[in-house]
Amino acid sequence: MFRTKEKLYKWIFAILAFASLVFLVGIIIVLFKEALPIFKNIKALDFIFGKFWYPTYEPPEFGILPLVLASIWVSIGAMFVCIPLGVGSALYINEIASYRQKAILKPLIEVLASIPSIVYGFFGMVVLAPFLQNFLHLSIGLCLFTASLTLGIMATPTVCSIAEDALSYVPRSFREASFAVGANRWQTLTRVIIPAAGSGISTAIILGMSRAIGETMTVLMVAGGAAVIPKSIFDPVRPMTAAIASEMGEAPMGSLHYNSLFAIALILFLITFIFNIIAEIISRRFRIKLGLSG
Amino acid sequence: MNKKLTQKIGFSFLFLCIAITIVFLLAIIYFVSVRGIKVISWEFLTQAPRNAMTEGGVAPAIVGTLYLTLFAILFALPLGISCAIYLCEYSPKSYIVNIIRISINNLAGVPSVVFGLFGLAVFVKFFKFGVSILAGSLSLSILVLPVIISSTQEALLAVPQSLREASLALGATKWQTIKKIVLPTALPGILTGTILSIGRIAGETAPILFTAAAFYMKGYPKSVFSEVMALPYHIYALMTEGTHPERQTDIAYGCSFILLILVLLVSFVAIIIRQRQRRYQHG
Repeated sequence: MFRTKEKLYKWIFAILAFASLVFLVGIIIVLFKEALPIFKNIKALDFIFGKFWYPTYEPPEFGILPLVLASIWVSIGAMFVCIPLGVGSALYINEIASYRQKAILKPLIEVLASIPSIVYGFFGMVVLAPFLQNFLHLSIGLCLFTASLTLGIMATPTVCSIAEDALSYVPRSFREASFAVGANRWQTLTRVIIPAAGSGISTAIILGMSRAIGETMTVLMVAGGAAVIPKSIFDPVRPMTAAIASEMGEAPMGSLHYNSLFAIALILFLITFIFNIIAEIISRRFRIKLGLSG
Repeated sequence: MNKKLTQKIGFSFLFLCIAITIVFLLAIIYFVSVRGIKVISWEFLTQAPRNAMTEGGVAPAIVGTLYLTLFAILFALPLGISCAIYLCEYSPKSYIVNIIRISINNLAGVPSVVFGLFGLAVFVKFFKFGVSILAGSLSLSILVLPVIISSTQEALLAVPQSLREASLALGATKWQTIKKIVLPTALPGILTGTILSIGRIAGETAPILFTAAAFYMKGYPKSVFSEVMALPYHIYALMTEGTHPERQTDIAYGCSFILLILVLLVSFVAIIIRQRQRRYQHG
């Protein structure tokens, strides 16, 4: 009697545990299914490398290169902000901060990490963009540069917490050994701790990049929205996520435009999927290297 | 000497990094709060919008956000906790567990707008829920599932193995041990994770764009099949739609302020609980 009940519970939990897998596979199937019609009409290469995105013109043009480039540029720009700030902050918290500073800084960063993206977008739109427009004498405040900056600030707490985690896994003995041979704190930091935590830090950077490229509301509000290939960093752009979010409302269900937006989502999904797999592999190696269990 | 100088420069650089980060983030809170707090009034919190979104309050949006968050948590919590229990307590170490783990990690990295599209195709279209609270909160619950699973896992792993062994030694079965020993011990940790995910859901916009949100609706939602206004979507809509951008901006400031306070408060509470718990566990 007990035994059947026990087995039943085990099976219930086992089935529920597969939910994530089911959802992940479900997402992949849905994206493929809804995106497929566009590839029957347009060659995949023309779709990805086409230079013109005029989905509502007659005849429509479905080339997503401007959107892809916008996403890539905005994310790279964001990396210039969030890698130094995030990793630098993590190093400070882990290596330099006193016990008391650490007790304040760590939770503070965590609380700040919870600010919703819509608030960043709003801030970028009403404060940062007008400020930069005046300060740098730009013709348009909502542009690639502003979007990168906003996104970079937004990804900083994420990068910082993950990098900080990686640093905290470096065993004390590494540090002690380095001090014992006469290295000072800075030498220990740059030649022992950073190399030891290197792959953990790169995981943080990859996950930050993945977050930046998939972020929607911020770029939707701040990037300017022009679906053309940018000529300078002060041009307005429309990243992939922004295109999906802003155009899905107008695209009639079942139209090619609707399908093409799903195709963009599919490409976006594959990019972040690859990033996550790489991060997973690197972090597993990192754990093995430091002798931690996988 | 040279060695010392390099160290000084290096440390100052790192200090600069964290200073800039904190200043930037506090600046966001400051700018939103200073103008947002002026808009807040009793009327703003309790009234519906009037005169084409230029006057009145945002009560329906606040209520809508509460509904969406509540339902999303109701869906995600049982599923997430069960998944974590299986992975931590039952899981045979096998490749199946690895597959589940990898899919959780990947689900956590899926862009939020993709959850919106999934919700649109599956809940709105396929199951014919329409643009509704139900479709929106289901989309949100998938988004937040990995967060709940990993925080619950962390809480379960923190339960000392000796407690489980003691319970099993007394003749309790696996399920009795989980129900009477493991879950109660892990409860504060699970609670923290849940609270953090509430904060996450309340602020998410992209998944509800095409599955639940409406810019304006008369009165409050009547059932789970009606559209809702939601705070984050309302901010976006106020800034991009409508005919009176000047007056709408002020209302958007008010909404951002409410959302910010809500989310920061929630995550602050969660982090306090967790710190106490950690201190308690470490003696």
